[in-house]
Amino acid sequence: MLPPFGGNRMKAIEAIDITKVYPNGVVANKNVNISVEQGEVHAIVGENGAGKTTLMKIFFGIEKPTSGEIKVFGKRVHINSPREAIALGIGMVHQHFMLVPSFSAAENIMLGIEPRKRFFSVDFKKMESIIGDYAKRLNFQIPLWEKVLDLPVGVKQRIEILKALVRGAKILILDEPSSVLTPQEVNDLFEVLKRLVQNDLTVIFITHKLNEVKQIANRITVMRNAQVVGTYENKDVTETDIVELMIGRKFEYDIKREPKEPGEILLIVKNLNYFREDGAHILKNISFSLRAGEILAIAGLEGNGQKELVEILTGLREKATGQILLNGDDIMGSHPWEIRRAGVSHIPEDRVEVGCALDLSIAENLISDRFHLNPFSTRLVYKKKHVIEFAKKMIKEFDVRAKSSTTMVRMLSGGNMQKVVVAREMTNSAKIVIANQPTHGIDVASSEFIRKKLMQIRNEGKAVLLISTDLQEVLQISDRILVLYKGEIVAHLRNENITETDLGYYMLGVKRQSEEQIKESVNL
Amino acid sequence: MKRTLLLLEFTRFVITVGIALLIGYIFLLFIADEPTEAFKLFLTGPMTTQRRFFEFLNNAVPLMMTGLALSIVFQSKVFNIGAEGQLFFGAFGAMIFALKAPQIPWLHLVITLVGAALFGSLWAFVPAILKAKWKASELVSSLMMNYISYFLVLFLVNNYFRDKTAGALVSYRFPQSAWLSTLSRYRLNSGLFVAVALSVLVGWLLYRTKWGYQIRVVGANKKFGYYSGIKTINVIFWVQILSGAIAGLAGGIELTAMYRRFVWQSLPGYGFDGIIVAILARNNPFLVIPSALFIAYLRIGANIMGRTTGIAPEIVVVLQSIMILLITAEALLGRFKQKAVAKEAMKSE
Repeated sequence: MLPPFGGNRMKAIEAIDITKVYPNGVVANKNVNISVEQGEVHAIVGENGAGKTTLMKIFFGIEKPTSGEIKVFGKRVHINSPREAIALGIGMVHQHFMLVPSFSAAENIMLGIEPRKRFFSVDFKKMESIIGDYAKRLNFQIPLWEKVLDLPVGVKQRIEILKALVRGAKILILDEPSSVLTPQEVNDLFEVLKRLVQNDLTVIFITHKLNEVKQIANRITVMRNAQVVGTYENKDVTETDIVELMIGRKFEYDIKREPKEPGEILLIVKNLNYFREDGAHILKNISFSLRAGEILAIAGLEGNGQKELVEILTGLREKATGQILLNGDDIMGSHPWEIRRAGVSHIPEDRVEVGCALDLSIAENLISDRFHLNPFSTRLVYKKKHVIEFAKKMIKEFDVRAKSSTTMVRMLSGGNMQKVVVAREMTNSAKIVIANQPTHGIDVASSEFIRKKLMQIRNEGKAVLLISTDLQEVLQISDRILVLYKGEIVAHLRNENITETDLGYYMLGVKRQSEEQIKESVNL
Repeated sequence: MKRTLLLLEFTRFVITVGIALLIGYIFLLFIADEPTEAFKLFLTGPMTTQRRFFEFLNNAVPLMMTGLALSIVFQSKVFNIGAEGQLFFGAFGAMIFALKAPQIPWLHLVITLVGAALFGSLWAFVPAILKAKWKASELVSSLMMNYISYFLVLFLVNNYFRDKTAGALVSYRFPQSAWLSTLSRYRLNSGLFVAVALSVLVGWLLYRTKWGYQIRVVGANKKFGYYSGIKTINVIFWVQILSGAIAGLAGGIELTAMYRRFVWQSLPGYGFDGIIVAILARNNPFLVIPSALFIAYLRIGANIMGRTTGIAPEIVVVLQSIMILLITAEALLGRFKQKAVAKEAMKSE
């Protein structure tokens, strides 16, 4: 019988007083101490920006610590590159897979370390047997010779795991492994992880899904504000405990959705179809209507056409067919500035790439959709004073934590950055707000704040189209729910007495409503 | 924090200049008979006489204007490096208007300079429209336009405007009404005032008008600009036209003030040096003024050294280039910056 974790077991990897400061002055890790023992599943949890990913990047040699040291199996090491990390037996499965789509599974797994025959030709037989060995030990099923691009996400993830294992990984780091998976695939993944630790491997598991942590981890390290709050035995903490450790205070949900009679129809989408360049039918006959004073949610797993739908509605993507009726005018194919002028506001999914300009100030980011209007500009002159004044007001109203209104947006945390975007998109004159994943990847407190604001503008009579993969969020604030599955609306539900499980069935495509039930959403 | 970084940036600049000078000096040890004397000439040369001082200022004029032209396109993250060709074509435009327009005092000069700007922007129009309509890389097309400008202008000048009575391949002399005046006996180019005023004006345009705001937004994040409802294609188009006009004007000023004919048989190189000026100024129009003065000082200092010591002019150019290379190397001493940032960040935590 081995001693319990947290005792005298062999340490697989340790961080001792690690501090990391990025060139822009962000302190991502501050005196971080953590020790992961051999054969455990060690979960690292924390809000976005708490420093989890940075710590993993340091372990894998992508970033170098500003100070502090790393020990691997008790030996002090300097890890200067992923190559060195792999040589030390550290493997990493990134959140976004690093695979060559047009190569087969086997080729991806052995990329760069292919067994050779004479005259440099690849020894495919040997390749198969090597991978087969590993796969058998873990009870994996992998179609070795199929192209990666045709494989489902769960399988791609296993390929990533095998890739690390054949390179000799003893310590496997998984960065948010479950975020792309369906509930069924998550269960399969956990089976794999259990088998890995039975084979004496060590798993470091980064996530912010606490039910999963409780389900799989031996020990849990909680990070907050670039520091480690503590490491706990799984059995010693409840989910609520972990949340409170993560955010550093008591937490309760307190958003109330008061019943409200929706107003006039503001937006009608009719028979919207979209084909991607490669011919894939991404959106199939999408029809729905949106009324003033309601939140209509579009739920679904990521990658079921949400991104394309939003981009078409906001003019960022062209070449779709069908009608988008806004006050009776068809705005299909209009430019973003026309659609904005017609009264549609947009909180984009990707705040860094689309939602702001990182190197401009908060103030300058807040007026990008109205810089040309009074009081920010006259015919010619840009009135900086008024812009700053407005920004100060917004920073207060939306609780943006920043040194001043002229701070560069780059310096803000994800949550505060999102608040800047939300502040801009909610305070313009638009009657319709399209919010695409408005709380994705930001801290609990900011998420809560943003949901409250969405509720507030709904009560004030704006129409909100909420696109979300977060079921809790959908059930918490929406009035009606459309479920999108493989580019089709498969269900239209009123948010009355439905559960996450109900929604889950539709999202996975297990269940679907009849045409008539769905039609109701258009002819309300 | 901001002040620390600014100070650091300045210190970094001083240190890099120091290192560059040191390397320059070591270089001189090998090739000059009296390295210390040569080096002193290099450092203080432009300050020793009024004539040299004005030579240095005159050299800064076209550099300032091309630096300005490039700083605004770079601000919008457009890499139109066609300032050289635009300047050349602008100079050609100035020549046409100087020789052909009615010789009304003042007005003639104004028409000549406006013509130069017009020709410059005409040259910028081609890459700009190719970019806007067909997303052609402005880097490639503007570079090609430089060659076209060079050979086309030479062909036209040498075949149709050549002054056969002059001893060299130059155009006819401009009438006096198209002269931009020079000051004092040593001929200070009064275009200097135009260049400085224009820098301030463009700085104001960039930071204090709504067009400038759009340019900065598009430069900071084009996708964000488009999403926010800015007509990014238009912004990118017009910024190139404006840049071309400034570069063209630079050519016009150079000819009307300094030469009063079309004299160039090779590209003068101001457009390429303008890239250095813009980068050194971090694309800030206000900083273009000191930046252009600095580069001009290096150039003239080296020229004076070459003239008085007999060091081969080729070596002088090599030396200049090494120094500019070092000074614009962003990463040099980056480690100190990183350390200071880390220290500062931990302190404020």
